[in-house]
Amino acid sequence: MVLHSRDNVATALIDIEAGTLVRVKVGDQTKQLIVRRAIPFAHKFAIENIEEGQPAYKYGEIIGKAIKPIKVGQHVHTHNLESIRGKASQHQ
Amino acid sequence: MNFQGYRRPEGSVGIRNHTLILPTVICACETASRIAARVKGTVTFTHQHGCAQIGQDMEQTFKTLTGIGCNPNVAATLIIGLGCETIGAEKILKVIEREGKPTEMLNIQDEHGTRRTIEKGAAIAKRMVKRAIKMEREPCNVSELVVGLECGGSDVTSGIAANPALGAASDMIIKEGGTTILSETTELIGAEHVIAKRASTPRVGERIYEIVKRMEQKIKATGADFISGQPTPGNIKGGLTTIEEKSLGCIFKAGTVQVKEVLEYGEKPDERGLVIMDTPGQDVESITGMIAGGAQLIAFTTGQGTPVGSAIAPVIKITGNPRTYRTMRENIDINAGTIIDGKETIEQVGKKIFNEIIRVASGKRTKAESLGYHEFAINRIGPTL
Repeated sequence: MVLHSRDNVATALIDIEAGTLVRVKVGDQTKQLIVRRAIPFAHKFAIENIEEGQPAYKYGEIIGKAIKPIKVGQHVHTHNLESIRGKASQHQ
Repeated sequence: MNFQGYRRPEGSVGIRNHTLILPTVICACETASRIAARVKGTVTFTHQHGCAQIGQDMEQTFKTLTGIGCNPNVAATLIIGLGCETIGAEKILKVIEREGKPTEMLNIQDEHGTRRTIEKGAAIAKRMVKRAIKMEREPCNVSELVVGLECGGSDVTSGIAANPALGAASDMIIKEGGTTILSETTELIGAEHVIAKRASTPRVGERIYEIVKRMEQKIKATGADFISGQPTPGNIKGGLTTIEEKSLGCIFKAGTVQVKEVLEYGEKPDERGLVIMDTPGQDVESITGMIAGGAQLIAFTTGQGTPVGSAIAPVIKITGNPRTYRTMRENIDINAGTIIDGKETIEQVGKKIFNEIIRVASGKRTKAESLGYHEFAINRIGPTL
């Protein structure tokens, strides 16, 4: 499920096995991509390549920035995405 | 639209008819609990506060304790104090009795200890319950309802199913003239620009940014790592990666209408419609603040499931996670997981939540009430002296 046409991540509504070909609806368009590793229910995967330092969008809003390059179909979570505001809120 | 409620002397409307045994201070909690255990029909809670507090922190505890007594779900209050505490029973009594409801107090030191306080307290409480059960429900308008919106044990389904459905229900309550409270300032971080666009006046918008900034400053002042606490380990396991993602999902609870007002912790709304209260993201402190502000009912979404309830206000539990509904059905009132399964729309589940709110307001017991869950926690903002 993709929640907004600006989004570059999708949310899995079921457990998806590695190598599965998935179709996601982004606005009016449908995108096809292969999920690289198993995505647990409710977790996110990239539907576009996201370069290191670039923002990830969900609900059409920024949810964090990539701390390493993320390729289409990759699991997006704490290992490759970091909070911007959370980091700003912590002791420097 | 109407529900069946209890009209109080000052005009407010309760959806429960509790006789409350209210301990002013940690030192009076055990005695209050023993009185409540002896008298059927009473409720109580325990807390760790009421003394060795100063300034705004003391004020906030005072406002919370008095707000709980003033909550329209409370028919009568017996205050149990120790006698030497900062927030004394008499001060609390003076505020609560303005509501015109039966309010009495006992100090353990004045009663010469445990035995007489419990005996006298139980006799007073019995009298209060006897009087309260004579009151009858009458038709009251939905515009009298104040519903606290809460989410806890969130996962990704909270943001895409349960919270949007609760938001639809919130819009329906407000359309009927009622009030809903969005809280949990920590979970506005990263989403404040979205909600602030819906401020009814520029001042309300500024206040939204102010409370978020104040929360971030408090976090910074601790010197600790914010990321280690938010999102919680359970949130992360559930697929939530960052506080921004959690916050953006959280605010769907507040539907689509304008934000009328920003309240301090435990403050009563002046406006009807959607209001925001500045509370922490911790569920029990947050719902306690909203109940102190007059919420008669809490609608609580949870992705991973939680048993939390309140002695004062019924808590309706809603999950967007079909698995949680299966595994924790004994704690969950409404399954919004049907949205994830594609069986129902957000609007349909929103209507279901709205209907359940009306039923619970008219007396239907929630799962948390049936199981007897009575969590209570006051948000502290200062040191214990």
